Amino acid sequence: MLNVDAINNGIVVDHIQAGTSLELYRLLELDKLENASIALIQNVRSNKSGKKDIIKIEGDVSALNLNILAYLDPGITVATIQDGKIVSKKRPDLPRKLVNVIRCRNPRCITSVEEECEHIFLLSSTGQYRCAYCEQAFEMKPE
Amino acid sequence: MRHLIDPLDFTREEVENLLDLADRIIADPAAYQEVARHKKLATLFYEPSTRTRLSFEAAILNLGGSVLGFPGADVSSAAKGESVADTIRVISAYADIAAMRHPKEGAPLRASRYSGIPVINAGDGGHNHPTQTLTDLMTIRRRCGRLDHLTIGLCGDLKFGRTVHSLIKSLARYEGIRFLFISPKELRVPSYIITDVVEPAGLEYQEVRSLEDSMPQLDILYMTRVQRERFFNEEDYIRLKNTYVLTEDKMKLAGPNLAVLHPLPRVNEISISVDDDPRAAYFEQAKNGVYVRMALIMTLLGLPDPKQKEGN
Repeated sequence: MLNVDAINNGIVVDHIQAGTSLELYRLLELDKLENASIALIQNVRSNKSGKKDIIKIEGDVSALNLNILAYLDPGITVATIQDGKIVSKKRPDLPRKLVNVIRCRNPRCITSVEEECEHIFLLSSTGQYRCAYCEQAFEMKPE
Repeated sequence: MRHLIDPLDFTREEVENLLDLADRIIADPAAYQEVARHKKLATLFYEPSTRTRLSFEAAILNLGGSVLGFPGADVSSAAKGESVADTIRVISAYADIAAMRHPKEGAPLRASRYSGIPVINAGDGGHNHPTQTLTDLMTIRRRCGRLDHLTIGLCGDLKFGRTVHSLIKSLARYEGIRFLFISPKELRVPSYIITDVVEPAGLEYQEVRSLEDSMPQLDILYMTRVQRERFFNEEDYIRLKNTYVLTEDKMKLAGPNLAVLHPLPRVNEISISVDDDPRAAYFEQAKNGVYVRMALIMTLLGLPDPKQKEGN
């Protein structure tokens, strides 16, 4: 069994669909967290889902936009740890708007050619994120 | 400042006010020939569209205004790589209102966020074409006397046809609308139009293949062209372009009050022999397009209606 140290101050992103934590690492831009230690743990045994991934982040996470997790993987929970104790554990809320978090993949969209055009996605009434410009829904994996 | 980017930017009431204004202009065009005097419309056409551009130009000229612009990306600063955001900021200094046609979806929305003048979406890729929608609504209302409780058949390219998507969104705001989506399976209406627009409105719809079987049920038949420029693959275009052709024989299957609309240009999807049928409304539709654009320019520029001042 793999052992990863418990954290004192930070967050634990748990119940991540197995095999997708690297994609979340990229989308959350965890590489830009300069004052944090990060552990990605893949294929952890889970009673609920068989296997899952976990991301542990020790340090300042205030710059993270965690709400995007709710869309990317609705089963995810985020536990906040202070002084070695869990002070809260919840599912993030879906944000109404995502700016420069995910990119529109429609080659006919203005975002594909316009210089410095923000990639803006809005939450539709059916719970999908659609590009504010071309209205194409974002799919996690290209078709 | 108001723009018209999406067909739903105007409320149902605002659309009907605009159509009422267009009706007043038709009734007395001379009364409106000076209302936009000294106003300039910029037509920013990044892809060619003779009739939409000329319709806008006719509209501003009929109102006593003037026009400037470019008819294609190759003759504009876009060829030098200028962004839409920069272009509209510059054009805002030259004109009072702009109409933009762009092959990229969302370009007019992008422009509106940086513009100092009202922006009208004159068609963005396969996405929206709200002034065509206003034209369609005006033609339906003038032909049928109402915009509710109608059976509307949309036929041809329902996947890439932006006029179709815009019209569905607008008609979904009216009660008792029933849609027949008539297309080959490759050109079916996008699923989000069904799940986000038609179903939430609680409207009845069917996706069918046969134009003949649909004809007797229709109040409106909206024909579309299969557009070569929307296909990445020429073979697919050639295979699908002749799927539906409206002929005199098919017209015999329809009721006497049917109105046939088409955003034009047509290629061969409506036989020329149908043109003399009184139910063919597509050339009247093109004419309505000028009046509705006149009403739109007046509305976005906040120009007073001379007929309303007189209390008519």
